Amino acid sequence: MLINTFLYHFGQYVLLLKSAVAKPERFSMYYKETIRQMDAIGVGSVFIVILISMFIGMVTAVQFADQLGDSFVPTYYIGYIVRDITIIEMAPTITCLVLAGKVGSNLAAEIGGMRQKEHIDAMEIMGVNTAAYLIMPKLVAAVFVIPLLVAISAFVSIIGGYVATVLPGSLSHTEYVLGLRSYFVPRYVFMMFVKASVFAFLLTSVSCYLGYYVKGGSIELGEASTNAVVVSNVLILLFDFIIALLLT
Amino acid sequence: MIRTIDIEKSFGENHVLKGITTEFHDGKPNLIIGASGAGKTVLLKLLIGLFTPTSGQVFYDDTNIFELNKKELRQIRMKIGMLFQGNALFDSLTVGENIRFPMDMFTRRTAKEKQMRVDECLEMVNMEGINDRYPSEVSGGMQKRVGIARAMVLEPKYLFCDEPNSGLDPQTSILIDELICELTNRNNITTVINTHDMNSVMGIGDNILLMKHGHVAWRGDKSQVLESDNETLEDFIFASPFLQRLREDALKLRNRERG
Ligand SMILES: Nc1ncnc2c1ncn2[C@@H]1O[C@H](COP(=O)(O)OP(=O)(O)O)[C@@H](O)[C@H]1O
Ligand SMILES: [Mg+2]
Repeated sequence: MLINTFLYHFGQYVLLLKSAVAKPERFSMYYKETIRQMDAIGVGSVFIVILISMFIGMVTAVQFADQLGDSFVPTYYIGYIVRDITIIEMAPTITCLVLAGKVGSNLAAEIGGMRQKEHIDAMEIMGVNTAAYLIMPKLVAAVFVIPLLVAISAFVSIIGGYVATVLPGSLSHTEYVLGLRSYFVPRYVFMMFVKASVFAFLLTSVSCYLGYYVKGGSIELGEASTNAVVVSNVLILLFDFIIALLLT
Repeated sequence: MIRTIDIEKSFGENHVLKGITTEFHDGKPNLIIGASGAGKTVLLKLLIGLFTPTSGQVFYDDTNIFELNKKELRQIRMKIGMLFQGNALFDSLTVGENIRFPMDMFTRRTAKEKQMRVDECLEMVNMEGINDRYPSEVSGGMQKRVGIARAMVLEPKYLFCDEPNSGLDPQTSILIDELICELTNRNNITTVINTHDMNSVMGIGDNILLMKHGHVAWRGDKSQVLESDNETLEDFIFASPFLQRLREDALKLRNRERG
């Protein structure tokens, strides 16, 4: 039963994405919509991403400092650890989990509302490929903008680590920076961007899918919006694991 | 002309349309009437390919729309205008932008040409001067008119209206009917209107299809309505005792006139 439901949704999801990849009726309309989405998804989320990343960096640094305690591990490792944890895991994953809550629920509600108010039918009747017009600009915008947000997140987290350790005096400026510059593996940055792009694609496409096929009334719309967050979150963590296996 | 041949439609166990064979003519309003739940909306959405039938065919002139691929279907749809029951105006766009939307999507006109056409369409539905307002800022009747203007903007060959009168007062609703009728005649459009409004039936019913429980119960035009002794038609049209009495009086009067 469960496997049936899964296969049904998976099939419908793939078909929807397939029809979403099409030549735009009018390029300028798609371009305008993409820019609008970039603004909504990107600029609209910068503040929350910065706020969260600041705390992530601070918490990571403080807790790692505590674990080091009086061990023989040199304290400059704090900078090194904050940098790597942030880049490999925290920035892409936490940012995208948060964005699934903010952007995913929003997209599902927006498209679902259009479905319920017959806006999608109205566009179909005009001859618009609604799957393409409603989904492609969002996907393009998200896959372009969310990795940028993740990069900002990594940067801010590292500053957060600095703020939480160097400012109170538990670590010197030189040590933290030395840590940041030690054992740098460029591949991890690549991995961060891979994760960010994949998560962005997942959370956007899943949310659009759930909104696009919403039925019924406001209760179903609410459910679609919640499901968008839950399903995106689970998928993000699942693919986090898969990417970790593939790229390490 | 649009023809349907033996349309059947089921949603799971729910058998909604049961063998609809009919025609909708060019240049005049074709009415689909019937009680709520008779299957009018389903039939209308089927005509434009938003639903696919369980069996049966829909022909636009000689084209069976269910044999078309998605692209060909979109070509036909560009010739279709539709007024939805809830208007389906995009609420984040102004009235002018709503009307412009199909042009933005499908034409290469300049901004100025588009605006000229928008003004033309607003004038056509007697709604000049609301270009910059949002749909939520105008009344229900005005929204209907905007919906009609948007449906007409690309000069469709086919116009579909799902309950254009629902939620309007009798006077406004007659004005809307007249507007649709006038546009239909002037542009020789095949118009299909789905309604349960008595005034529409008697006012613009040039080709009426009465549905009951997914069957065609009666076909005719407004001049045949009063004289028909079809029971379903009587039950539907003369539902209230008041109308029943009017009809009896009218028939009596006519019989007396005839001698
Ligand atoms: N999308 C749908 N899915 C399942 N059943 C539907 C759907 N749309 C309409 N129906 C069913 O079809 C029947 C006719 O509905 P409808 O055509 O809307 O009636 P009306 O004549 O009032 O417009 C109803 O019983 C309704 O439950
Ligand atoms: Mg209906």
